[in-house]
Amino acid sequence: MAQERIFSDYPQKTARGNRLVVLPFGTSLEIAFKSIKVRFFRVLITTLSLVLAVSFLSFVDVSNDIANGMLASGDPDLRQSLVRAGYDLGPQDVNVASTPKQRWIIILSLLVCVVGIVNAQLMAVTERFREIGTMKCLGALDRFVLRLFLLEAGMQGMVGAACGAIAGTLFALAGALARFGAEAVQQVGLTDLAVSFAWATATGVVLSLLGVLYPAWVAARMQPVEAMRVEQ
Amino acid sequence: MPETSNVVRVSGVTKSFTLGKIEVQALKGVDLEIARGEYLSIMGPSGSGKSTLFNMIGGLDKPSSGKVFIDEVDIAQLDAYELAWLRCRKIGYIFQTFNIIQVMTALENVTLPMVFAGMNSDATVKKGLRLLEQVGLADRHSHKPFELSGGQQQRVAIARALANDPAIILADEPTGNLDLTTGEEIISLLKRLSQEHRVTVISATHDIKMLNVSDRVVWIRDGRIDKIENREELSISIGKIRVRD
Repeated sequence: MAQERIFSDYPQKTARGNRLVVLPFGTSLEIAFKSIKVRFFRVLITTLSLVLAVSFLSFVDVSNDIANGMLASGDPDLRQSLVRAGYDLGPQDVNVASTPKQRWIIILSLLVCVVGIVNAQLMAVTERFREIGTMKCLGALDRFVLRLFLLEAGMQGMVGAACGAIAGTLFALAGALARFGAEAVQQVGLTDLAVSFAWATATGVVLSLLGVLYPAWVAARMQPVEAMRVEQ
Repeated sequence: MPETSNVVRVSGVTKSFTLGKIEVQALKGVDLEIARGEYLSIMGPSGSGKSTLFNMIGGLDKPSSGKVFIDEVDIAQLDAYELAWLRCRKIGYIFQTFNIIQVMTALENVTLPMVFAGMNSDATVKKGLRLLEQVGLADRHSHKPFELSGGQQQRVAIARALANDPAIILADEPTGNLDLTTGEEIISLLKRLSQEHRVTVISATHDIKMLNVSDRVVWIRDGRIDKIENREELSISIGKIRVRD
């Protein structure tokens, strides 16, 4: 290949050959954050399904934590009130696990949530075709686009899932307070609560990332010529 | 025009698309040489293959047959990284629809290509401000695109296209979405900056105003080059073009 003038300052291919065009992580983070800020209402709706699904997950989890706390206290009255509330406890049982039915409903709700996220994100990608195409014309690599979408989804997931987990926990605590009284709620282990919170949040982030994977891939593979298309 | 090497050479390029079951040939063998520093307009009615040729030159699309050379390098041979590098450093794009990134301010739009090119942020801001000043938008650097008029957005786009001191600027109908006066301003700005920065400007257009500043005009019709005219051969009367006999 004759390389003169234009290609004269073309960096030689090395192990770092793919570093010809860069997008520092901080800048990607900044762009992703701004994108969310600008489309806040849109993002809110996308995230809402995640908030609901995660809050349901965390509600079930925390309810079980509370029941376990009550059992662990060894107080026969609390045990009795659990049985009255419909918990299926054998005489020897020392803890409560979620029932298969609960697990099914949780899985279903999470599934519906992911489908909702995929749908919303695909729409977002279509909406942003021109923006993505422009970035590619400016020299963005596929992976920059992919990273931007993943970062956005990660941030959305983090905030949405944390909100959902908090909401679920509060609902579960309020429910338990109404059903079993303050004494029962005091038995709940803080570690258990923290573990449930972390578990629900992590699940939410994973779901959000899972949901954006395909749309982000579509966006990243887009050809820069799309930016030239005139139709609005 | 001084004799220099060609910055772009198009050789026997054809391009066909399949629309449903019908194969459409958008380009039917185009040969074209564009010299360094030239201001070239590609003219033609819509559907003539003008945009297709334009996209080929910009490395945005690959020909079905034939070759496109940029500085005698066949761009079909470049891999994704090299193409990205080429787009980032050597080609500046200006679009009909401006394509300013909505979430960023004018300055951030101008600095983005420099960020991609790996410049540090102080340098990008300094250069970005200087470029915005050159296009007459020094006081608008912190404005978002929706706070700018069409002409101003196109000015930002021109500054952005010049960010990495490209060798070629590709302008796709740069005045297509602008009114007459603003269009004229943009054209003269583009002409002035192309001379100051010594870049080759290739624009696809059907704006007659563009002819005034073009060194050469390539007329495309039905997927072929109809004629190529130098500026001296063109004479422009009120809203009409007539070729001197």
